[in-house]
Amino acid sequence: MSEFITRRSVLAGAGAGAALTTLPISMVTLAFGGTREDFTFTYISDAHIQQIKGASFVRNWDQGLKRAVAEANLVKPESDFVIFGGDLAQLGKREELDHGAEMLSKLKGKLHVVMGEHDYYLDLGDYWSKLYGPHYYSFDHKGVHFVVLNSILTSEQWTFHRWPTAEQRMLEMAGLDNPNGSPFMVGDKQRKWLANDLAKLDKKTPLVVFSHSPLQKIYKGWNFWTDDADEVQALLQPFDSVNVIYGHVHQIQYNQIGNISFNSVMATAWPWPYPQSYAQAESHLPVLTIPMNRADPFFERDATGWQLIDIGSGRVTARYQLWDNDQRTVAFDHKAGRPVDVAYQEPTQRRLPQTHY
Amino acid sequence: MAVRKRAATLLAAMLSLSGLGLADVARAEPLGLPPVPIPQDNPQTADKIALGNRLFHDLRFSSDGTVACATCHKDDHAFTDSPLRTSEGIRAEGGVGKKTGTRNAPTIINAAYFTTLFWDGRSASLEDQSQHPFLNPVEMGLATHEPILAIARSDPFYVELFKKAFGKSGAGVTMEEVKKAIAAYERTIVSADSPFDRWRFGHEENAISEGAKRGFEVFIGQGRCVSCHVIEQDQALFTDNRFHNIGVGINRAQFDVPRLSAEFLTAKAKGADVDKAVLTDPKTSELGRFAVTDQFDVIGAFKTPTLRNVAVTAPYMHDGSLKTLKDVVKHYNNGGRSEGDPAKVNDYLSGGIRPLNLSEQQMDDLVAFMETLTTPAYFGAKTR
Repeated sequence: MSEFITRRSVLAGAGAGAALTTLPISMVTLAFGGTREDFTFTYISDAHIQQIKGASFVRNWDQGLKRAVAEANLVKPESDFVIFGGDLAQLGKREELDHGAEMLSKLKGKLHVVMGEHDYYLDLGDYWSKLYGPHYYSFDHKGVHFVVLNSILTSEQWTFHRWPTAEQRMLEMAGLDNPNGSPFMVGDKQRKWLANDLAKLDKKTPLVVFSHSPLQKIYKGWNFWTDDADEVQALLQPFDSVNVIYGHVHQIQYNQIGNISFNSVMATAWPWPYPQSYAQAESHLPVLTIPMNRADPFFERDATGWQLIDIGSGRVTARYQLWDNDQRTVAFDHKAGRPVDVAYQEPTQRRLPQTHY
Repeated sequence: MAVRKRAATLLAAMLSLSGLGLADVARAEPLGLPPVPIPQDNPQTADKIALGNRLFHDLRFSSDGTVACATCHKDDHAFTDSPLRTSEGIRAEGGVGKKTGTRNAPTIINAAYFTTLFWDGRSASLEDQSQHPFLNPVEMGLATHEPILAIARSDPFYVELFKKAFGKSGAGVTMEEVKKAIAAYERTIVSADSPFDRWRFGHEENAISEGAKRGFEVFIGQGRCVSCHVIEQDQALFTDNRFHNIGVGINRAQFDVPRLSAEFLTAKAKGADVDKAVLTDPKTSELGRFAVTDQFDVIGAFKTPTLRNVAVTAPYMHDGSLKTLKDVVKHYNNGGRSEGDPAKVNDYLSGGIRPLNLSEQQMDDLVAFMETLTTPAYFGAKTR
């Protein structure tokens, strides 16, 4: 146990294609001072468990989550906890949440769950709360302060006064590129809570914020957007090291705004933008609006996945496990002051789409 | 695919330039196959191929003098050891019976086109592959390659052939030359020109039955077979050279995966030999490609085999657990589950495997189609 994780060794390990299973766990001196035990956690997100009828659920999404759970349980040394990043259900139904929760219950170790819009807009998170507790909360782990936000809220008008039924509200929010949708937000009440929660902390305390939507304004048309992101960021900026980790986007994204590093996580359900399905079976993908010529239609897990994240350097190193594809690592480059994709796939290295049959 | 085609064309051009007409060393590719890829550092020559042929069939390269490459890859069994379920090697302790491996001997026919060798792809070339079975404790059982070299350097026949093929003799003959000669011989074992090829690429309308034609439609349609057993516009290797967990073997071992994977990685980190571990322990063997890459996404995954001559190479799958082609089709039709498997498929199953809802007729048609993939040399050979 004498190996020290430094940015250098983490990057070198990633470059050499280090397996998850060989991640060094050790006592480390962190960039932000002090000595503590290093740790890792796994992150699974966006399962979109969807009921067809009765006990029949969309097989692809079921298989994606089952496989993620099974693989997460194989990680050695075992990770300290697991985060589920939101959108456990597709249409917020009890049946979907129950079915997803049953799969997640097979995870070893403590589970923390983030609220996604697909979990929320049917009953405004009531049943989800019975399973997983409050919609937003914080906890401390080995010197790091973790905050879990519900970032998928919107205006009272849209939520309470616009739709004839709860089902209609859910369907509108679940639609992609839907002009009837609404930008997400954290909201006044929760921001006030966040300000209070952070007020207790030393500014040197490393912060990790989990949200479902990005907490940054990426593209409103796709709802890759959080309307009050600027106000939330203002609360986070005074801290030396802030990492925001989010789901929702079903692809690899990373960004740096001031002191805040942003890293997305992958979906276990489908990639975005997604490929036209080859399946002869009925497709349960949302209507295709953005064609994609990257993923292989036969491999249903292509361009989906999960990741193991460590913050040994005080910043996120996300090792993406992309099923049926090469692994990728996005790690914070302290010299550049932002996350970088350490193995960005050059065009010549990318796997071509399937062209035969 | 495009990349591989280009490479093959280049290699063929290189051969012609070197003054060796293709006809000197191998006949033109049979109908339905692309040119054989030849590595730059091991060009085909008639002398080398003749030497490789001899080495391939030599029983002396095993600890008990009873096993040659050709023991598990018999010429008249379409280069398999059909109908054995898993391959048999040297004598077991006490001389009773044979030591057995954990995997079914795959055919060498068209192995020249494989981008990786062995069921788990742990070798990158025929040259590399050929050296391993000599040392495997259940296959040929030698402790080192020295006994092979001793014979290669002293047997007058070999002395002559190594001189002709490589211009080397005595200590100049090393495993490099042995490996290259065996690989060169194996690259001549290519075959197609089956009824399917005559129908599909030769446009002979009556080369296959109506049932087989219907089976072809199932193959490329509802059965989704073609996704892995690839057919191109002008040729068909019937493999994507990739690795898939299709539920065979691993379904039964699924509950042991956490323990097996952890134990295997620990042993590997301490220097355990993958070759020996996977072929001597049946349970570890089921980890498949994972044992090579350490990646969870290929747990229980094995290489897509070619389907050429599949009707005469029973039993099927990496563990030889399925007796007939109908059994294989049923396994896929059930979404990756066979009779005797646990009620649920393993959690690590490849994404493309799903229930197919094929009718009995469609399954029979599919089998009829696969029976059209037999090369003329094996017409009438029934091993099941």
